[in-house]
Amino acid sequence: MKVVVGQGSCGIATGAKKTAAEFERLIKKKNLSGISVDKTGCIGTCYLEPIVDVYSDDGDLQARYVKVQPDKVETIVNRHLQNGEIVSEYEISESDREFLSKQKRIVLRNCGVINPERIEEYMAAGGYQALKKVVTSMTPEQVIEEMKESGLRGRGGAGFPTWFKWNAAKESPDEEGKYMCCNADEGDPGAFMDRSVLEGDPHSLIEGMIIGGYAIGASEGVIYVRAEYPLAIERLELAIRQAEEHGFLGDRLFGTDYSYHLRIKAGAGAFVCGEETALIASLEGQRGMPRLKPPFPAQKGYWGKPTNINNVETFANVPWILEHGGAAFGAMGTEQSKGTKVFALAGKIKRGGLAEVPMGLPLRDVIFGIGDGIKDGRRFKAVQMGGPSGGCIPAELADTPVDYENINKTGAIVGSGGMIVMDETTCMVDMARYFLDFTRKESCGKCNYCRVGTKRMLEILERITEGKGRDGDIELLEELALKIKEGSLCGLGQTAPNPVLTTLKYFRNEYEDHIYKKKCTAKSCSALLTFVITDACKGCTLCAKKCPVGAITGGVKEKHVIDTEKCIKCGKCEESCKFGAILKE
Amino acid sequence: MSCKESCCCKKEDAFPELISVLQNYGSVPGSLITILQKTQEIYGYLSVGAIEYIAEKTGIKPADIYGVATFYTQFRLKPIGKHLIMLCKGTACHVNGADQIEEAITEELGIGDGETTGDGLFTLNNVACLGCCSLAPVMMVRTGEESETYGNLTKDSVKEALRKIKAEEEAK
Repeated sequence: MKVVVGQGSCGIATGAKKTAAEFERLIKKKNLSGISVDKTGCIGTCYLEPIVDVYSDDGDLQARYVKVQPDKVETIVNRHLQNGEIVSEYEISESDREFLSKQKRIVLRNCGVINPERIEEYMAAGGYQALKKVVTSMTPEQVIEEMKESGLRGRGGAGFPTWFKWNAAKESPDEEGKYMCCNADEGDPGAFMDRSVLEGDPHSLIEGMIIGGYAIGASEGVIYVRAEYPLAIERLELAIRQAEEHGFLGDRLFGTDYSYHLRIKAGAGAFVCGEETALIASLEGQRGMPRLKPPFPAQKGYWGKPTNINNVETFANVPWILEHGGAAFGAMGTEQSKGTKVFALAGKIKRGGLAEVPMGLPLRDVIFGIGDGIKDGRRFKAVQMGGPSGGCIPAELADTPVDYENINKTGAIVGSGGMIVMDETTCMVDMARYFLDFTRKESCGKCNYCRVGTKRMLEILERITEGKGRDGDIELLEELALKIKEGSLCGLGQTAPNPVLTTLKYFRNEYEDHIYKKKCTAKSCSALLTFVITDACKGCTLCAKKCPVGAITGGVKEKHVIDTEKCIKCGKCEESCKFGAILKE
Repeated sequence: MSCKESCCCKKEDAFPELISVLQNYGSVPGSLITILQKTQEIYGYLSVGAIEYIAEKTGIKPADIYGVATFYTQFRLKPIGKHLIMLCKGTACHVNGADQIEEAITEELGIGDGETTGDGLFTLNNVACLGCCSLAPVMMVRTGEESETYGNLTKDSVKEALRKIKAEEEAK
């Protein structure tokens, strides 16, 4: 029997290591023979972590237990491991199973299934077969043709056809070598599919990169990983070492003339490094500032050599495509957006996690079908897609198919696939302010409009959320937004105004309420709220004691009153009240 | 005339840990970020002295090193506390109330973003995204090599977690 504990970052954050240690301790203590404890990556149902799978000796999944904190371990050991009885009360529920059964997993095919720290498990699942086929029996042209047929488009944000980039890099003359690099600097705050692949199935990325390297004629590659993902770096380093030992990386692969070497470079935290030329500058040890294109990296990239950069999810698709054929991949999805895409569901959603679905599925099916709708019985208001470069799609457009073209029409972008779901308590002006604060900090400072313009937009949004908005602010935001789009060199500046433009398009009334009525309908902007004490007040005096400015008065067992002149709207009274007698208006 | 402590000929002794780092990476082109990362791993931050030392050994101008060090959010120019609190300010965490969590940390420790407590125990750093979006709001506390992630935070649970660390420190 084998006990497998999910140990991606989210699993570990909820205590999976302690759970695994408890299994080991009890198995040892009870002297149970023939039972091993193993680990796997993230299966994607983050809201159920820590997750424990129990397999029979034949490899059949006997039971999947969820939310297994250490205190539940003894019951599972006693009943299941010792007596073969499934502990049904800890098992994943039927409805939670839907989170996985409604998906189509290609990128995440091995995540949460294999142990990412053992190359043998990846190979047993068919790993490195595609690479062998490619290197020993296909020409680079045939590989690119297969990619063209698959219709795979870059999963990092821009959605550029992968085969086209590969072909451009292949066509570039190479006197001194080319580079096949991976952007694993998942910068969109709210997307985590790349982390999941890096932690849960690093070999699929490595195999995809070697295949890509073969197609363009590169002999070297670099993976640029975020420094915030220490576990990903650790597992990638191990995976590269194992691939070298097995002869999948290094000189003369499979006895052919093809050689490919791979190394890791840890990023140091800069969102703009998602832009190819900035990433290359960073790889070279410089400030990560974008430069003018052309020349494109396919002509002049890393150290001036032809370079191709794709993102993690893109590469993870590649071995599957070469194994099953481009047509099989192209059969999924829509005419223009083929295959599957991984979405990171988070925010005010019941079931948060990773959902991989064929492109073209309506937003509603992802948010309600897989994500099971909104937490705490609230109303679905909007979903933010594409992070700081994307926009907010309102509830009325929930039937929009999720593909590159249709999402672009709404003003948002598919981007890297982050979906932050919002309910009626999320203020749209505050969301726009949040993203502008992000892009203002992350602007590299090269272009005036991006550097200064985002700051000016942020200042306007700040004063609106603080109740100091002025007549004309909306128009000023719109004017600045267009100027910044026009006056910026790279994608960061060109898309930075999108969160403002989409919220203005769909939620203009909220801006107007903030500016003209000094009201935040979501009751989120504290400066625009007034706190009042209702008749439910029992006169316990707790709120008066907690108030830092002495704005609350009233005797014992008498209804208290808030002096709105003195009140600083910190909300401490509301938090402290045990009778729910304090309301925000 | 005898050398003062600050003289450059003493610098060899001032950063002995950097000798092997510079041997490995000093002459590899494009390694500045890696060198700075290793330096920060060793000393916890990038001091002016360390930057000057690296400049002298690699031939890269101090201004260029400073430019790189200030460009990336990972690098710190000031020492940090024993426990580094990395509070996630990603979109999912923002929507789920990361600002309230920051408030609670400030109430509990009296420090804001980028500041260190007087006793040198805690430093608070707001970070862009830790990638644990389904557990938002999230923070990671790094102590030496170890790091612990705390998810689904509330104002109470974050204070409780910090008090626990404080109590453990006092017990030592």
